[in-house]
Amino acid sequence: MKKLLLATALTALAGAAMAQDVVRLGTEGAYPPFNFINDAGEIAGFERDVGDELCKRAELTCEWVTNEWDSIIPNLQSGNYDVIIAGMSITDERDEVIDFSQNYFPPAASAYVALAADADLKGVVSAQVSTIQAGYVAESGATLLEFATPDETIAAVRNGEAVAVFADKDFLAPIVAESNGELMFVGEPVQLGGGVGLGLRESDTELKEKLNAAIQSMKDDGSLNALIEKHFGPETAKF
Amino acid sequence: MSCWQTVQDYAFRSIGFGENLLPRSDFTLCQQITLIGSGLIWNVYFGALALAFGFFFAIAVALAKSSRHRILRKPADWFVFVFRGSPLFIQFFLAYETLQLLPKAGVEVFGITVETAWTTRAWAGALFVLFLNTSAYAAEIFHGALKSIPKGDLEAAEAYGLTGWQKFRRIQWPTMLRLAWPAYTNEAIFLFHATTLVFFSGFPAFRQMGDALYYANYFADKTFNPFVPYPIVAAYFIALTLILTFGFGLVNRYLNRHLPSNQKSRIRLRPQLIR
Amino acid sequence: MFAACADPKAIEGLTWAACYLTSGKHIDFYLSFATVLLLLAITAPTALAMGFAGATAARSRFLPLSLLGKGYAAIVRGVPDIVFFLFFVIALDQGIEYLKSLAVCDDHSWPWQGLEFRVCQEAKVPLGASSAIWHQAYGFALAVFTFAIVFGAFAANVLYGAMGAVPKAQLETAEAYGMSQAQVFRRILVPQMWVYALPGLSNLWMILIKATPLLFLLGVKDIVYWARELGGSKTQAYEYPHPDWRLWYFLGLLVFYLCFTKVSEVVLARLSARLSRGQATAGGEALRKAAA
Repeated sequence: MKKLLLATALTALAGAAMAQDVVRLGTEGAYPPFNFINDAGEIAGFERDVGDELCKRAELTCEWVTNEWDSIIPNLQSGNYDVIIAGMSITDERDEVIDFSQNYFPPAASAYVALAADADLKGVVSAQVSTIQAGYVAESGATLLEFATPDETIAAVRNGEAVAVFADKDFLAPIVAESNGELMFVGEPVQLGGGVGLGLRESDTELKEKLNAAIQSMKDDGSLNALIEKHFGPETAKF
Repeated sequence: MSCWQTVQDYAFRSIGFGENLLPRSDFTLCQQITLIGSGLIWNVYFGALALAFGFFFAIAVALAKSSRHRILRKPADWFVFVFRGSPLFIQFFLAYETLQLLPKAGVEVFGITVETAWTTRAWAGALFVLFLNTSAYAAEIFHGALKSIPKGDLEAAEAYGLTGWQKFRRIQWPTMLRLAWPAYTNEAIFLFHATTLVFFSGFPAFRQMGDALYYANYFADKTFNPFVPYPIVAAYFIALTLILTFGFGLVNRYLNRHLPSNQKSRIRLRPQLIR
Repeated sequence: MFAACADPKAIEGLTWAACYLTSGKHIDFYLSFATVLLLLAITAPTALAMGFAGATAARSRFLPLSLLGKGYAAIVRGVPDIVFFLFFVIALDQGIEYLKSLAVCDDHSWPWQGLEFRVCQEAKVPLGASSAIWHQAYGFALAVFTFAIVFGAFAANVLYGAMGAVPKAQLETAEAYGMSQAQVFRRILVPQMWVYALPGLSNLWMILIKATPLLFLLGVKDIVYWARELGGSKTQAYEYPHPDWRLWYFLGLLVFYLCFTKVSEVVLARLSARLSRGQATAGGEALRKAAA
């Protein structure tokens, strides 16, 4: 009996030691095809595939959590999860408070989508509140109309509240493709940010090294490009 | 940049004056306090106007609710039930969805084109929702007050030959106001609190002109530190609440001026009716 | 769910609707109604308890305690609940972990380094290794506690008023019978104050119901979160693509809230009649007359 108890205790201890390596991945779950909640109620999308593969390569046990976009960085700082994997563009401002891994998605183009090809991009342009796109629109001299969710920004163009919507090209592409010619890209795409990277706490250097190595290995053997193509189609920029 | 300069640039940013671009780096406490204070203009605008218009509409609804005629009573009952029974959040959403269905080019009414584009703007659309919302809550308060007017007062009025409008003007109206005032004070406070929902979940912000919470959200997002901007909003609102309590307290004193001092109903901040 | 749903893009009409409405995400949506009800069921008594503590403290003859009770009610009520929810949960979480770190960590360095909050692994609540269910339970508990603090402040105010409304003569009579302060409080004041507190508390309950859409700010996935998530337009990346249907989902929520409010009103009206029985108030008098 004693032996049995001891054995249980030992396995429990071993379990605890192993479980120390649980890395919690925080995502938004509302930004397809980067990340979204699929119809089964699970986190899915490009980042789900990338995250799972990275964890496998870095030999980490990973767990997924969702968090509101607004408080995604404060909650990382507070330690509620260890990695942000939420289509977050690497920017200087963010880099001041958190660390980024190397990018796992090339610098993304942002684009305007409107109902007509001759839309006035200096008119009313909608964007999601607190994104780099919103900042860009405000500085471009256009009239910025901000919505809480990406869905509403597009609805605003459809119903004429805004002339155009400005967002990630990869987010807009499937919507434009499925709109039966109602929506179209207008003007030149704009390069914003330094690609999408994993966000980490500045003190978590060890984890960052592991994940960087894993991303590099995925870049080297082409598996990352394959995933990009799977989720974003063949025309998207790759590594 | 000195703090005074910041105040000049941003004190009226929320209504479109001053510097067009919001601060983008090197955020100072001064900027946060100024811009969030600037946003407070909108909270006061929504709160004050909705309250002012709502006061009269609420009394009309309360009277309809107390009416003997079914045709007046039923719509008033339903109006109050729907607006008190659902979250403001959902009311904003549904209002925005409905308003944006109006044709963008304007509506022809008797040959005159009526512009409709402005209705989806927060200053009009959200104000309208808040107006209806506060009317429903206040109507319930005034209705309750009408019911609690002492029977003896009304009988005395009739004995003196007061009827109809005279009776309402001289007896019911002042007594109703006096009885309803403490609860109405609370409603006013909570209406001001509810104005923070306008840009948060209701209407889009236009040209980055938003309320106090909108700017606090902006700073929390840019500085990644929620512990500075949100407490600033909280402090502003505590101050606003104190001012409101004081102002309504003065009115309460006026309404109760004829009563012996030990009977004066003091304003007790009871959350009678909030959303 | 059903075998027919294996390939959603091939089916149409009613089958599609049946499959769509029973997708895993919809099940989560239906369950979230239970979450909201559970939260209300836990929050209401907790808030009442905090309110009771607050009101008792505010009545205390010991000045600092009385100031504490009054200050709590005044400050929390002066702030819009949404603003409070936006930063309080994170602060609460960090506070708990800091206190725990004092007990379990060897390293007692100040955990707030710049914007980063860092305590040793053992001080994390729940531990990083715990299963997801614990993280969810902890998030839920934080949400309940935050709600309870806010609504406790309102309840404190109502109960404070109600305690003051119990006729003085009753208390004096009790004292004349030789009861101690504690006995007067327990046997006379508390049983009688409820009838005075009920109108205020009923309103508070209505407010609490209508504050639940703010739950998503606290990281709990409530009905509004799912309605928004399910209603938003869906591209082909999803199994069930559809245009923007948020309007229908929100109309559904509207009906839910209206029904819930109606049921609450009926129940509270009965409770009020029950509590008024035998009380020296206008309501009690009306009941007595009706019976006679």
